[in-house]
Amino acid sequence: MAHKTLTIALAGNPNSGKTTLFNNLTGAHQHVGNYPGVTVEKKEGTCIHRGVRIQVVDLPGTYSLTPYSIEEVVARDFVIEEQPDVVVDVVDASNLERNLYLATQFIALRVPLVLALNMSDVAERRGFAIHHQRLGELLGARVVPTIGHRNKGTAELLDAILDIAEGRDVLRPAEIHFGREMDEELDKLEPLIRARPGLAGHYPPRWLAIKLLEDDRIIRERIEQGGAGGAELLEAAAASRQHLRHIFGEDPETVLADRRYGFISGACQEAVTRTVEARHSMSDRIDAVILHRAIGLPLFLLLTYLTFQFTFSVGHAPTDWIESFFGWLSGTVAGLWPAGAESALRDLLCDGVIAGVGGVLTFLPYILLLFLAIAFLEDTGYMARAAFLMDHLMHKIGLHGKSFIPMLIGFGCSVPAVLATRTLDSRRDRLTTMLVVPLMSCSARFVIYTVIVGAFFADRVLVHAGPIALRLQPVMYFLMYLIGVVLAVLAAKVLRMTVLRGETTPLVMELPPYRMPTLRGLAIHMWERGWLYVRKAGTVILALSIILWALTTYPKKTQFSQDYAARRANAERLADPAKREAELAAAEHSQAAERLAHSAAGRIGKAIEPALRPLGFDWRIGTALIGAFAAKEAFVAQMGIVYAVGSGEANREALRQHLRQDYSPLTGFCIMLFCLVSMPCVATIAATRRESGSWRWALFQLGGLTALAYLLTLIAYQLGHLLGIGV
Amino acid sequence: MALERGAGKSDAGGTLALGSVPEGQRVRLVKLDAGCGMASRLSAMGLVPGVEVRMLRNRGRGPALVEVKGTRLALGRGMTTKILVQPPA
Repeated sequence: MAHKTLTIALAGNPNSGKTTLFNNLTGAHQHVGNYPGVTVEKKEGTCIHRGVRIQVVDLPGTYSLTPYSIEEVVARDFVIEEQPDVVVDVVDASNLERNLYLATQFIALRVPLVLALNMSDVAERRGFAIHHQRLGELLGARVVPTIGHRNKGTAELLDAILDIAEGRDVLRPAEIHFGREMDEELDKLEPLIRARPGLAGHYPPRWLAIKLLEDDRIIRERIEQGGAGGAELLEAAAASRQHLRHIFGEDPETVLADRRYGFISGACQEAVTRTVEARHSMSDRIDAVILHRAIGLPLFLLLTYLTFQFTFSVGHAPTDWIESFFGWLSGTVAGLWPAGAESALRDLLCDGVIAGVGGVLTFLPYILLLFLAIAFLEDTGYMARAAFLMDHLMHKIGLHGKSFIPMLIGFGCSVPAVLATRTLDSRRDRLTTMLVVPLMSCSARFVIYTVIVGAFFADRVLVHAGPIALRLQPVMYFLMYLIGVVLAVLAAKVLRMTVLRGETTPLVMELPPYRMPTLRGLAIHMWERGWLYVRKAGTVILALSIILWALTTYPKKTQFSQDYAARRANAERLADPAKREAELAAAEHSQAAERLAHSAAGRIGKAIEPALRPLGFDWRIGTALIGAFAAKEAFVAQMGIVYAVGSGEANREALRQHLRQDYSPLTGFCIMLFCLVSMPCVATIAATRRESGSWRWALFQLGGLTALAYLLTLIAYQLGHLLGIGV
Repeated sequence: MALERGAGKSDAGGTLALGSVPEGQRVRLVKLDAGCGMASRLSAMGLVPGVEVRMLRNRGRGPALVEVKGTRLALGRGMTTKILVQPPA
């Protein structure tokens, strides 16, 4: 039997269960990429049915095929340009009329169409009896009932797809009439289109005529660019629009939409019978609580708290395992070389590659768990409610209700937060959110705060009120988080008034019915995003980690201020094992500190010291800041090396003592402030580059935030110095 | 097309902005005064002239929640002033 490949496109409204159906069709054979030139996710998968290889392309979820959003344009272009063998429109049977609106667009495009009447069990429970065969006849498309979450009807759907692709029992797509006046204008435009083979060969003429009456922005542009005769066609279309507007008193696109719904409701009246009057009462009852005036916000905060609690408590153990695994791996690899020998390759492998990869992967459990929790909130339908609750507040600061979700994720890690901006429709809203997201204090910054706050602000009591004492420590933590949030709000405002000027897109969002997510759906959701992090960010982080490793290692120092070999030999002779260990470690660390000072990073630290002086920083902090670019928490590790105390929790107290000796609390605060605002880590920059589609925005983010950090820290330090606070 | 954008007082034809409809009330959509891209989007989501809209949640500020053609739609405050409705006769 000859092996051929069919291509089918899976279309449908958001929340129609399209993703579940896609998973059912393709199983684990999925591939996530991007549509060329845009950051719309393109999911593809394959399956084999009756010996035929079927390539399934999951189009973005859309309500229509207008140029309203990039997703709709992408879906439309794919269907027109790539000409898939069959288009499968996934329709939520329990919400038939609204879902069939998209189907009318495919019918007008005259594409080979199969309707998957999904969630037909829910429809039944709500008292709809849908005679799918009759519905298919009325629409002119094959209709197959499916129940995605129970994997029912998948084989029948595949049968229908093969039938249509191979030309069996193909129905003629229905003619949708738009009323006499409308049809007359369409009849006028159609011959003009047919007269231009360049257009007529590419688009179905009738469909193009409809799009011209709708004044479709993209179609208009393409005709304008098409040259000869285009102006004439556009003039005729403008005249028709003017004429229709005069007759109907409204824009033709509104009338066309109205007529489409008329066609749908006619078809439904014939093909659907309602047995009982019962409407999603369950979801309404849940909403009464979740969107409640008094309960809504506290509940939202509680769920947020639980999300983070879940992520960080469950993720702690696997993170430790990964860390110790890479520690073991590093030791094993180093063991391949004779002890004490100098080897650049060993250092590159152990301190560069393994430490770099390990650095990326230690974050993976947190990221996967955070994505799992978010997938759960999304798949149940709660996320849309959260965006609804936050819209008022977010709108005031020039952001969108949906911007709230990425900002929330930003408290965990900026990388998935940047990826999460995908849910925003408008590019301006997306970019604004993406650019300010690093100002949310991520978990790596928290590591820096613990060291600094512990060193300078630990045991001060601010207010005594009987047995209750307000301590400085939690106040400082809170202050840092607050500064981040306030700066994000201000930065968003400024961006909206300057480079990203324009009105925030008003919220128009469907609140899907509450649903129990499937384990499989959650797992796939989590893995997709997690893998994106590993693959894309991983390669860049790895490369930069190696560069930063080289900076902190080379040039190698050969002449030391003291004879470390002799010092070690002396230490080996100490009788007390505890003292011996301590002396050996001290020798090791002080040599490491000398090496770092000699290295490129140390020299850069010294070179930029004059610039950092006004901020209260010296070369040691400068060197550590260079390390922080690879990953924020590396600041602490680098300071540990500078002070020759080693890294790790046991040495934190020693580091804090050194910090207290050398710096004032004011400098401590300035370190935190600078680390919060400046230079998002390499992974974040890589994510912004990927999601914004250009290095321009990534570098703007990097430069803008660093400049802002410098300015703010300068003001804070100089002002503090002047007023004598914390000096 | 100069339509009121403010609080949505009734005009001569007895229409009012969706934003001023109290919770629980059913109204009929008369006109969309949104930009052309937005109007198509709203139509695709079921908001077309003549359709019945039930106000589920309207707190006077922040987004409103309506039911139309069996789905719940959240509409930003700005949007609700551009959708004109009429109480059913």
